[in-house]
Amino acid sequence: MSTVKLTVNGKAVAVDVEDRTLLVHLLRDHLNLTGTHVGCDTSQCGACVVHMDGRAVKSCTMLAGQADGANVTTIEGIAKGDELHPMQAAFRDNHGLQCGYCTPGMIMSAIDIVHRHGGQLDEATVRQELEGNICRCTGYHNIVKAVLDAAGRMKVSQAAE
Amino acid sequence: MYQTTYHRASSVDEAASLFGKSSEAKFLAGGQTLLPVMKQRLAGPSDVIDLGKIKDMIGVEASGDTLTIKAATPHYDVATSDAAKKAIPALAYLASLIGDPAVRYRGTIGGSLANNDPAADYPAATLALGATIKTNKRSIAADDYFQGLFSTALEDGEIITAVSFPIPAKAGYAKFPHPASRFALTGVFVAKTKSGDVRVAVTGASQSGVMRVAALEAALKASWAASAVDSVSIPASGLLSDIHGSSDYRANLIKVMAQRAVAAAG
Repeated sequence: MSTVKLTVNGKAVAVDVEDRTLLVHLLRDHLNLTGTHVGCDTSQCGACVVHMDGRAVKSCTMLAGQADGANVTTIEGIAKGDELHPMQAAFRDNHGLQCGYCTPGMIMSAIDIVHRHGGQLDEATVRQELEGNICRCTGYHNIVKAVLDAAGRMKVSQAAE
Repeated sequence: MYQTTYHRASSVDEAASLFGKSSEAKFLAGGQTLLPVMKQRLAGPSDVIDLGKIKDMIGVEASGDTLTIKAATPHYDVATSDAAKKAIPALAYLASLIGDPAVRYRGTIGGSLANNDPAADYPAATLALGATIKTNKRSIAADDYFQGLFSTALEDGEIITAVSFPIPAKAGYAKFPHPASRFALTGVFVAKTKSGDVRVAVTGASQSGVMRVAALEAALKASWAASAVDSVSIPASGLLSDIHGSSDYRANLIKVMAQRAVAAAG
């Protein structure tokens, strides 16, 4: 057992876990942040994506200990109170989900994509960049639309801040 | 996953010392291969020694005729490094094709080379560019380093600290990725050194892991043009054959990817 200290959604936490614990299980089982999903458990589907120190990573492919000292943001940490993050709002408005299982990972990956590409996003880039996130319902069409829509909204909201 | 004990090393020396004290330790770099393998219980190391936070092992720098990538540098940092893009753009491009964005944030060049997956990308660049693998004990030439499937010249407990790439006159990489995993079904890295030598390395195709192809090297040394590959015959013997592609298909892919790599190199 080890004590892992990290910041999750702005709050400092210390959690006693077995050394073999994956970051996703620390989040879900110890902190009850069940918005981050385990889909394939083989690093392929991206349902478990969270941000660690500003980078979108697969939390099922990291030991909790590797996140010691890190700043982690999950899907629960991106809205401002009742106001959805622009990416969440765009997924809702564009019907970018059906069953919703992949959505938390899609949104965390998509925010990272917009951060990296800013205003340079086009449809082909979004499709290429989403290669690590699998959706079995939508055929991706509305997910891509949502990401492109959110890219515009995030620019606007950044400019307003 | 079996029980294990996690250690975070703060220096290469500390990592080596922790390894010596453990019964069956594994070094952990980005963990994008080791952790999935441990989750499947195909590996059950007693101890996992994390190299990912050793500051001396992260960074990309060009100096004179050499580009050095420290071993724990993630693929994303190589792909976006100004130094790498300027010195060896084909290498930065190669890094941008590995796995998916989340994998590229975590996976490292040292981890890739230590694992030596027969379909990994970095071995092709390392062999074609004639790089030197630096460890905590010695320097190993790429030609001596790769020893078959998942097999390298590394000794037990030896740690890759950096990889030094001679900056070539021209280099290009082309890969036919497996559509799901993005591993190379066949990937070809071509390089023309500043002294005029040509080296070609192929990943993903051979039953014995990354390999050089003498016939392609000779043809491209005689004429550095995609069309020079046309007359080269690549035997299918010794190539992988599986549900994704027969050995004949891969033999053809080697030629096609070599042509594309030369065209990309310019």
